[in-house]
Amino acid sequence: MTTQLPTALAEIVEDFQALGERDRLQLLLEFSQGLPALPERLTDHPELLEQVVECQSPLFLTIEGQGRGAEARIDLFFQAPPEAPTTRGFAGVLREGLNGLSAAEILAVPDDMPELLGLTRAVSPLRMRGMTAMLGRIKRKVGAYVAQTSAAVPS
Amino acid sequence: MSIAPEENTKFSAYAHPERLVSTEWLAERIADGDVRDGRLVVVESDEDVLLYETGHVPGAVKIDWHTDLNDEVTRDYVDGAAFAALAASKGISRDSTVVIYGDKSNWWAAYALWVFTLFGHEDVRLLDGGRDKWIAEGRELVTEVPAPAAGEYPVVEREDAPIRAYKEDVLAHLGKPLIDVRSPEEYSGARTHMPAYPEEGALRGGHIPTAASVPWARAAAEDGSFRSRDELDSIYRGEAGLSEGDEVIAYCRIGERSSHTWFALKYLLGFENVRNYDGSWTEWGNAVRVPIVKGTERGEVPAGF
Repeated sequence: MTTQLPTALAEIVEDFQALGERDRLQLLLEFSQGLPALPERLTDHPELLEQVVECQSPLFLTIEGQGRGAEARIDLFFQAPPEAPTTRGFAGVLREGLNGLSAAEILAVPDDMPELLGLTRAVSPLRMRGMTAMLGRIKRKVGAYVAQTSAAVPS
Repeated sequence: MSIAPEENTKFSAYAHPERLVSTEWLAERIADGDVRDGRLVVVESDEDVLLYETGHVPGAVKIDWHTDLNDEVTRDYVDGAAFAALAASKGISRDSTVVIYGDKSNWWAAYALWVFTLFGHEDVRLLDGGRDKWIAEGRELVTEVPAPAAGEYPVVEREDAPIRAYKEDVLAHLGKPLIDVRSPEEYSGARTHMPAYPEEGALRGGHIPTAASVPWARAAAEDGSFRSRDELDSIYRGEAGLSEGDEVIAYCRIGERSSHTWFALKYLLGFENVRNYDGSWTEWGNAVRVPIVKGTERGEVPAGF
């Protein structure tokens, strides 16, 4: 049901689905190469990042919000080593597909969205878990941000 | 026709030096054209399914432990027909010399080698130090994927019994040496799940009674190569208490890390009867009514087992 996805993410899903299995891996590799490096304010503060332990390789992520509640604009940040291109590729897909969206839009992404990429066979179900976990953690962090900023409404 | 084993001082101390090659040796064979001629097939096997694509040893083919070696439906390895088709497609014939290397100190490469051994492939070796050592030495990497001429590989039925243990085998083995190669936290059962996150691995934490804790990476040096014969002896015979003639079963979570230990025990230290329990903790920690010990002590086999 790609129609329910945010536009950028829906386009990525369509790109993957238009390809054969081997070429999907190649596309994932391109996403891994396109993952931006962390800004300095975060590389200096690794404690601000959360590790996704479900990934086989070390992957750290965090979010930053601008504004309050469900309308807040969310930015996503990831860090994974170059020796982990699959993990980086997953992170690249989520970054390109979700960065800059509102909290509400991110929270509305279905939890099983990674399966839409059609990579499960080429990558293996075990490895796909890492990507599902990544999305889950992003959504939880976004949910926490919404709760925090909604609760403290200035009077 | 297989290629003569490498001879060097480090390897000659091992029980089966013919199971290892060094990065220098491999670079020379590649330069000599052995890979181009198809006498030698170099296989990369990594944890990360895309790592090969980022650059690999010239002429190397990729075999993925998940998508190539595991059956898609049953929790088992591929059958003889699928293995024959896989090998042939990678340019491997039954008499080819196969050298396997990979990331993470050859953790997955050892797993692939173990699966090749289930099919009785005679001449299969590990690149000592694996991918990391090759790269650390500044050796050539290419992204070009070779298209080798098909190998000739017969359909050989897997022979599991000599090197693979099932859960029932482990139960029958209790009282004989077991090596748990997971992290100390997994061994003690301190780590079963992270707060607030679903645990997908096992319902119970701990280890199989009497198993010695020897994390797999202790067999590897800083550069990813295997430790020397003396160092390995002091770890496995000394600390873990193995002695000549012992039957040993190694296990981890899904049988990959323990393949590395299996290789060290069987080929480097010469234990004849070593099996890898690939069901490992994801089976044992979920199985009904099997004995488990928690904590850092090895524990005892309970009465009735």
